[in-house]
Amino acid sequence: MMKVVLQNVTKIFPAKGRSSQGTVAAKDLAFEIPDGELIALLGPSGCGKSTTLNLICGLQKPTSGRIFFGDDDVTDLPPENRGVGLVFQNYALYPHLSVMDNIIFPLGNLRGKDRMSKSEMHEKAHEIAKLVQIDELMDRKPAELSGGQQQRVAIARALVKMPKVLLLDEPLSNLDARLRLQTREEIKRIQRETGITTVFVTHDQDEAMSISDRIIVMKAGVVQQIGKPQEVYDSPANLFVANFLGTPPINVFSAEIKGGSLYIGEDCVLKTESARDGEVWAAIRPEGFVLCEDGPFCCSFGGLEVMGRDISVVSSNENSVNPTVRSIISAENKVDLSSKTVRFSLKPNKVFLFDKKTEERIAFGC
Amino acid sequence: MNRDIIRSEKAAKTRGVIRTAIIYIILTVWAIVVLFPFYWMILTSVKEYASYNSEYVPKFFTLTPTLENYSSAFTSVPLARYFINTVIFTVLTTGLMLIVIIPAAFAFSRLEFKGRDAVFTLFLSLMMIPNELVVITNYTTITNLDLRNTFTGLILPSVTSVFYIYLLKENFSQIPDELYYAAKVDGTRDLKYLFRVMMPICRPTIVTITILKIIECWNSYVWPRLVTDDQNYFLVSNGIQEIRENGFGRENIPAMMAAVVVISAPLIILFLIFRKKIMEGVARGGTKG
Amino acid sequence: MEQKSAKGWLYLIPAILFLGAFMVYPLIDVFVYSFEEGYNSASQTFFGTGVYNYSYILHDPYFLQAVKNTFILVIATVPLSTLIALGISYGLSSIKPLRELYQTVFFLPYVTNTLAVGLVFMILFRKTPYTDGLVNLILGKFGVSPIDFIDGPYWAKMLVLCFYTIWVVLPFKILILTSALASVSEEYYSAAKIDGTRPFRIFRKITLPMISPMLFYLIITGFIGAFKAYSDAVALFGTNLNAAEMNTIVGYVYDMLYGDSGGYPSYASAAAIVLFAIVLTITCINLMISKKHVHY
Repeated sequence: MMKVVLQNVTKIFPAKGRSSQGTVAAKDLAFEIPDGELIALLGPSGCGKSTTLNLICGLQKPTSGRIFFGDDDVTDLPPENRGVGLVFQNYALYPHLSVMDNIIFPLGNLRGKDRMSKSEMHEKAHEIAKLVQIDELMDRKPAELSGGQQQRVAIARALVKMPKVLLLDEPLSNLDARLRLQTREEIKRIQRETGITTVFVTHDQDEAMSISDRIIVMKAGVVQQIGKPQEVYDSPANLFVANFLGTPPINVFSAEIKGGSLYIGEDCVLKTESARDGEVWAAIRPEGFVLCEDGPFCCSFGGLEVMGRDISVVSSNENSVNPTVRSIISAENKVDLSSKTVRFSLKPNKVFLFDKKTEERIAFGC
Repeated sequence: MNRDIIRSEKAAKTRGVIRTAIIYIILTVWAIVVLFPFYWMILTSVKEYASYNSEYVPKFFTLTPTLENYSSAFTSVPLARYFINTVIFTVLTTGLMLIVIIPAAFAFSRLEFKGRDAVFTLFLSLMMIPNELVVITNYTTITNLDLRNTFTGLILPSVTSVFYIYLLKENFSQIPDELYYAAKVDGTRDLKYLFRVMMPICRPTIVTITILKIIECWNSYVWPRLVTDDQNYFLVSNGIQEIRENGFGRENIPAMMAAVVVISAPLIILFLIFRKKIMEGVARGGTKG
Repeated sequence: MEQKSAKGWLYLIPAILFLGAFMVYPLIDVFVYSFEEGYNSASQTFFGTGVYNYSYILHDPYFLQAVKNTFILVIATVPLSTLIALGISYGLSSIKPLRELYQTVFFLPYVTNTLAVGLVFMILFRKTPYTDGLVNLILGKFGVSPIDFIDGPYWAKMLVLCFYTIWVVLPFKILILTSALASVSEEYYSAAKIDGTRPFRIFRKITLPMISPMLFYLIITGFIGAFKAYSDAVALFGTNLNAAEMNTIVGYVYDMLYGDSGGYPSYASAAAIVLFAIVLTITCINLMISKKHVHY
């Protein structure tokens, strides 16, 4: 088992045309993935997370910087010598081979002292198949399997040669919602049981939050924040991270700090002690609103969305960046449907302030 | 009014029936036009020489079928020789073609290297060059190399087919890149990937190409005619021409037809076995010759 | 990177060798040949360069005969065979029972040896002292006096050649058009039927435009194929096509190269290039027309 270290890794794709410059897919990546952890690379499409994965597994070579597995510099090693297992978004199972043959395919490539006999390979394959619970399906062809089963075969194939690092590229995006929940539990279990350092790429923050030990949020090739899921959620480093994590999404307002207080429009919504005066972005998590008849923050009431356990109050405010302000309150609250406005007070620890220009987090004592 | 509707419906139905009947009649007429030569050649091939020649008005059937014509087709002309030559020619040419086109299609579809696209464009443009244009020099080349009346001379210029490289390359390209990366991460060599993954996946196309090439080889006439004048190296097409002009002493039509049946049979049998594959393959853009 | 490049080329070597030796080199060479005057294939010498070869063949009555024959063949068979194929494919696509059987039967000529079946056609059409032949027998029922289609008058021979050519090229066209027709979505027909459109109007307004790309593909390849006609003629009339007045341009090329009248690769080259020029021109015209009329 290994930790993975990236040292100032940059990847620039050469320009296709003559005039334009190359595309920077990953810029100055520097982080460490601790041994045995499950890490999510999270970001919108085109943020460089897949490139990062390809750099780690060796399908692409970094333009500059070094990559280490443990203490070994693997930057110049081809993928097959790195000892990585890779699971693709669409599984990339060989359609003409049975499940068994798919799983033992990587073992057939071993040469020299690692060479295995047929029976050893089969034994190994069965062992892995049991782990991912597909040992009943060994004679089937990929086309005869459901999406979830194909996914397991792909994981089994990646695991069979006991990789030091397991890489998963959007492993759940081709599954339907119910299966996705089930499979992510499954991935977590397999990772626990094998203890293999695992990196998986996703654009779904829900997925990343629920199964990973640590999240790396990326945007435009640059790492935005690294941390435990709860840390990142509770304390986003910048507006992008705050926006990207959480459902329903965070509500962002154009606001101003005047004399130690935060104003959204005319409403003085919060005391801010240590922050300097000036214009800021104020981002409020949906659960940061408390319905309160004499609350300081006034919005025009739009309607209710009942979600069972909770109620989502839909309202609007002229200073909101988004057309609607969405707040989540307990279903026990009574809401007057006939009223035109709705008033809230805010939970200070669910309110984040960001610099208007840099969009970096501004601390405020509370 | 109700009656009117019923009547017009009835009329429409009748029109439909008549239309279908006409379609069937037309199709059947053409089917007869297609099949009749085959029927006639089989019929004639089992007629006795004497009775055939005495029929001023040809009969549409015979009550005394004979296989004698077949034996004379094999004994009085070297039909077996032509036949074996064609088999050798077809097998070697097709085999060699596969050896040439599979790596080329693989390189074009899977490997990345400088100049690949330029070479591919060049290959594509060669597809437009008619065979007639290059045959002249090839004929001179083969003659100068003293390869007339050899299998080498027959086979070499018939091997390449840009079109099949193109067809296979397109098919190879449809295999998702992920499969290749997956194999790469597992340390699969390119050659193993080609043999164990790409070729099995694209087997239908490879089979189609093979069959089309076999048809092409079996029927090839022009090139063999140019480079062979020794009967020992004749292929069936040249053989049949030879039989027509000099074979069987006199005009022994039944024996000639027996030879024609023997020559036509292998491809027709191949066609009946691989009917779907052949028709699909041809529909995908194969042209004759 | 360097190593990777080398590997790519390695896989291409066989293909490049074969294509280079038997396509690219001959292609260049044929142009050279066509301008070398008085080339002697035995001594491999020539007097000079110029357009004499072209002028020779253009004044050669055999060549002119071949050009005339080829053009008649092209003009007669390409439109006719395409039309028949269209009709048959349309018929095929509108029936259900026996469709596969008909399709299989119609495709048969594609897999037969042109030379071999040509022989059968010759026998069917030929008139000899022993018999008038089957075709004449049938024509006789309609009061037509026997004609020798193989050694007889020019028009009769041309008629047989055209007929046989159509017989040979039809399977390919039927196959292509049938699959083109099958690819027209059923929904268009349903929509048209609901509007009460009559079958012929559906065919003209929906089917034809939808399959027009394939139709034009067939016409273009049909032209190219018909211009290169040769073995059909050999099958019917034997190898001495000049004597039978039935030679084609391709036949002329081969006759110049080889056989009793052969040994003139320069003339052959010139003739081949003239053929190529004709085909290229016609194809370009076709493409220009198709750009205007094909609906994608």
